[in-house]
Amino acid sequence: MTITSTVATSPADPLGSPRRTGSGRKNQQRREAIALVVPSLIPIIIFSVVPLLQGIWYAFTDATLRRNDTADFVGLDNFTRLAGDAFFWDSFRIGMVWAVSVTLIQLVASLGLALLLNSNLRFRSLTRLLALIPWAMPPVVVAIMWTMIYAPNGPLNHLLGVVGLPDDTNWLGDFDTALPAVIVVGVWVGMPQTTVTLLAGLQQIPAELMEAAAVDGASAWQRFRSVVLPSLRPVILSITSLNFIWNFNSFGLVYVMTEGGPGGKTMLPMLFTYLEAFKNRNLGYAAAMGVVLVVVVVLILAGFLRSQFRKEAS
Amino acid sequence: MNRTSAGVRTLQYIALVGFILFLGFPLLWLVSASIKSSQELAALDMSVLPRQFHWDNYAVALQKQGILRSALNSLIVALLSMVLVVVLSIPASYALARFKGKLRAVGVGWILVSQVFPVILIIIPLFVVLRNAHLVDTLVGLVLVYTTFTMPFALWMLQGFVAAIPNELEEAAAMDGASRFQTLRRIVFPLLMPGIVATAMFAFVAAWNEFFFALVLIQSPENYTLPVALKMFVGGEGKVALGPLAAGAVLATIPSLIVFSILQRRLTGGLLTGSVKG
Repeated sequence: MTITSTVATSPADPLGSPRRTGSGRKNQQRREAIALVVPSLIPIIIFSVVPLLQGIWYAFTDATLRRNDTADFVGLDNFTRLAGDAFFWDSFRIGMVWAVSVTLIQLVASLGLALLLNSNLRFRSLTRLLALIPWAMPPVVVAIMWTMIYAPNGPLNHLLGVVGLPDDTNWLGDFDTALPAVIVVGVWVGMPQTTVTLLAGLQQIPAELMEAAAVDGASAWQRFRSVVLPSLRPVILSITSLNFIWNFNSFGLVYVMTEGGPGGKTMLPMLFTYLEAFKNRNLGYAAAMGVVLVVVVVLILAGFLRSQFRKEAS
Repeated sequence: MNRTSAGVRTLQYIALVGFILFLGFPLLWLVSASIKSSQELAALDMSVLPRQFHWDNYAVALQKQGILRSALNSLIVALLSMVLVVVLSIPASYALARFKGKLRAVGVGWILVSQVFPVILIIIPLFVVLRNAHLVDTLVGLVLVYTTFTMPFALWMLQGFVAAIPNELEEAAAMDGASRFQTLRRIVFPLLMPGIVATAMFAFVAAWNEFFFALVLIQSPENYTLPVALKMFVGGEGKVALGPLAAGAVLATIPSLIVFSILQRRLTGGLLTGSVKG
């Protein structure tokens, strides 16, 4: 391998730097690593770690939002009550359906779009622009826009009527269609970020690799399987894990569109927890819900990443 | 790749058109709603172009008190958070990707954990922390919060890009006697540019669009960010006036679009091509 252009300006003397002993080098590396990381740690500790610990403590208290309320330690009371709360577990199931569907559809659609954007088709710049716009829009606005589109007398039903399909579906108001309808919006709003990330990953794949595979007679599918996917693996792994977490924790979009309705069919766990904290003002109980959700999601994610890293190692 | 068959090409175009329709239709509808009169909107005329352009919607949206002011607030907050996030993430993400061992394990673990913790659990204690620092209801407080909560993802994303840069490049530079700093500046930084751009875009838009923290932490109308102001706009009307709301929505989307169009070109640079030759 020869290095061109970028290194051309580096000092030419190959013996210029003194060789260090093994352990001295290790220590120096550790100091370097710490110096690189510390600046980003300070805000994280003050605004994230400290409030987090305090929030977990609330889960074991009877804290409320009322004025002059003192938070008294109540042990595991909140958790035992939660275990028998059917509404909470219902909402948990809905949250899993929502998060898994949105994440998977997002990944497949975004990978397809990123591959199309990375090839030499017409309309690429138009598509690229369109693919970025949803990301640029505030979720509040996205939610309002889709609410208008899904309205019983809105443009979606009008279009369906034009092509001869039933045009009287109340998309966000019907028990059967509400969850799928908000899932579509979740995919729409999350696609740009996933696409941009995958596209940046695609562009880091050396063109030589693709050319070599093409010269060896690999078909498009074979190139995808044996060159693109392996190179893209770290990026796919990162974005999928994070998409899952984000979708599970998503709040504003569905809150503005349905407020959890109809009949709790779109009551995501975060909505449920929010209502408990700010409508019912039971801070301690809501914090306990948050803790349970976090533990379950961490377990799911740990399992997923473990299996992925094991695959990587073998 | 010029040998792609006509059949595959056709399928690719069908897929592309599908994506364009899915992504574009809601936007087209929003823009067209923003320039239609309320009568035309109520009549559900499906034509994209209105019978006559009804720019009043934009005037109404802008005249709503504080919309311009809150747009400026949003811009300040988003730009400052973007700069802070990028400056803090570049060194940290390099360390995460290149120094294996405990640091990496702890770092990656924390990044994921911090992403999982629902804001609902953090928001009330966070409010107390910020109140003690007299940062509640200030834009500075909001910038610090956005920086903190955007950084885990920025780190995760950037370290993926660092990891994708072949280590051989850095080793070769070190062999040539380049210091760690020189290697970072001359080798890693240029190759990392697509990743940095993607991260900066993410940080800007995350801050620009954020709603929940701003709603809880900002109290006085002169400090409102745009999403909060738009929400108040909707709430204040009682019944949503579709036209002006659509106009406000279009306006709120413009700054992010400008940032995208400036930064997007850099994403296509393909910096890795050319620096390594087999």
